[in-house]
Amino acid sequence: MNARRLILIAVPYMWLLALFLVPFLIVLKISLSDTALSIPPYTPTLDLSQGWEGLKAFWAELDFENFIFLTEDDLYWKAYLSSLKIAALSTCITLLVGYPIAYGMARADESWRPTLLMLVILPFWTSFLIRVYAWIGILSGEGYLNQFLMSLGIIGEPLTILNTNTAVYIGIVYTYLPFMILPIYATLEKMDDSLLEAAEDLGCSRISAFWLVTVPLSKSGIIAGCFLVFIPTIGEFVIPSLLGGSQTLMIGKVLWEEFFSNRDWPVASAVAVILLLILVIPIILFQRNEQKQREAEG
Amino acid sequence: MNRFSWFNATSLTLGFAFLYLPMVILVIYSFNESKLVTVWAGFSTRWYGELLQNDAFLDAAWVTLRVAVFSSTLATVLGTMAAYVLVRAGRFPGRTLFSGMIYAPLVMPEVITGLSLLLLFIGIGLDRGILTIVLAHTTFSMCYVSVVVSSRLVSFDRSLEEAALDLGATPFDAFRLVTLPIIAPAVISGWLLAFTLSLDDLVIASFTSGPSSTTLPIKIFSAVRLGVSPEINALSTILIGIVTIGVITASLVSKRAVIRRQREEQAAFQT
Repeated sequence: MNARRLILIAVPYMWLLALFLVPFLIVLKISLSDTALSIPPYTPTLDLSQGWEGLKAFWAELDFENFIFLTEDDLYWKAYLSSLKIAALSTCITLLVGYPIAYGMARADESWRPTLLMLVILPFWTSFLIRVYAWIGILSGEGYLNQFLMSLGIIGEPLTILNTNTAVYIGIVYTYLPFMILPIYATLEKMDDSLLEAAEDLGCSRISAFWLVTVPLSKSGIIAGCFLVFIPTIGEFVIPSLLGGSQTLMIGKVLWEEFFSNRDWPVASAVAVILLLILVIPIILFQRNEQKQREAEG
Repeated sequence: MNRFSWFNATSLTLGFAFLYLPMVILVIYSFNESKLVTVWAGFSTRWYGELLQNDAFLDAAWVTLRVAVFSSTLATVLGTMAAYVLVRAGRFPGRTLFSGMIYAPLVMPEVITGLSLLLLFIGIGLDRGILTIVLAHTTFSMCYVSVVVSSRLVSFDRSLEEAALDLGATPFDAFRLVTLPIIAPAVISGWLLAFTLSLDDLVIASFTSGPSSTTLPIKIFSAVRLGVSPEINALSTILIGIVTIGVITASLVSKRAVIRRQREEQAAFQT
């Protein structure tokens, strides 16, 4: 192994070890520490400066009190469950909204497709925060949506949407829609139209040809899109804190408050560790789907 | 083309209306005279003027810009190196861990990344400020850069590099004169991606910033928590405008480059 190759590997490797892996190990360590009213607000139970003795003392005193605390206070498991529920439901809604758009794009005239594609990607480059913020003005009590509906006479009283879970769903569907559209569009665009013609020639109606040919062929795009929405939504913080209300429970928000408001670092760290454990399963499934797709493409 | 029915036209129209209407409304109401954001009181650029008078916002914008430039440049260098290692370096001890560390930050919830980096900075006694935000942003955006660059490196014809080496170029010259120009578009889009990720980031910056280094998203977030304000509308419009111009310019430039290459190829075939 020559020196140049060693440097090439070592620099990014060391960087990621120091700023990704080590910080995570610190979180793990603090999650096993005891809460204390001091600065920093925890008492470490692992003291590596004492070498083996420190490690032995750590094993002797090892307890999962912060994790046990998480199971005792129902705020936490309710927050995990409600994050999973909000993520799952909003993924379904995003799929229902995104699929027709991706389908329409793939069926549009070829000269139009690059423009349509750019229109889907453009919001992705625009600040996430601003896109969420835009909905506050629309959904608030005297907001544009209520003004519009009341001027049409559809409703007599303003609807309360802002600071409810409905607003959170709208926000998630809106901000994550491009992540759903792009992979589905990628699979639909590659589809061979003659397959649909063959199905229709063989007596399939248009609608059943859609369900029997188009949907199965776009399966990998649907799966990829769903994971791309589902995984980041679980730990979402900005949307529930700006659009949600006091009854909106999401674990990203709980972690934030535990850290910044309650200053309980060990519990915040334990919340983070459990959140990662929950995310491992969908992440592995997502990787597998990507790999299968790559193998199918050769 | 008979498959493009009224159904497709409707879903495209409704879909793009959903994607763009909120931002269009935001832009229109940023020119509203009234302080009551939801009541239209006539056209005015008053809030843009007030925004330029607001030192807190200008300071935050300056911090954000410096962080974004430093972190995206550093992330591009490190990310390109990492991509090269992933695609070209072959086997080496700890390779699986390395590729795991490249992909994990892409799916890691921001709250966890932010929390873990903050605990690290406190642990080693590093004062929170611009430096810590730059370190944090570089770490997660280098992973995005390396994904973008490695996808380009995979599709790249390695024999070109080998030819340069056979003709006596040093490995570094071969990289500089052959590989880099070919992967340059991916490196540039990686830099742009890292730059926008840094500009946008609220959560990780909130964990890693100190009191003297408030970034624009942190400033916007604390203002927005109190409700809609006309100044934030004006600021959002400026940011949306910059992004729109940037993306359209970039796509026109790359389109022109494609057309030029096609012409050159045609010319080469004709001679």
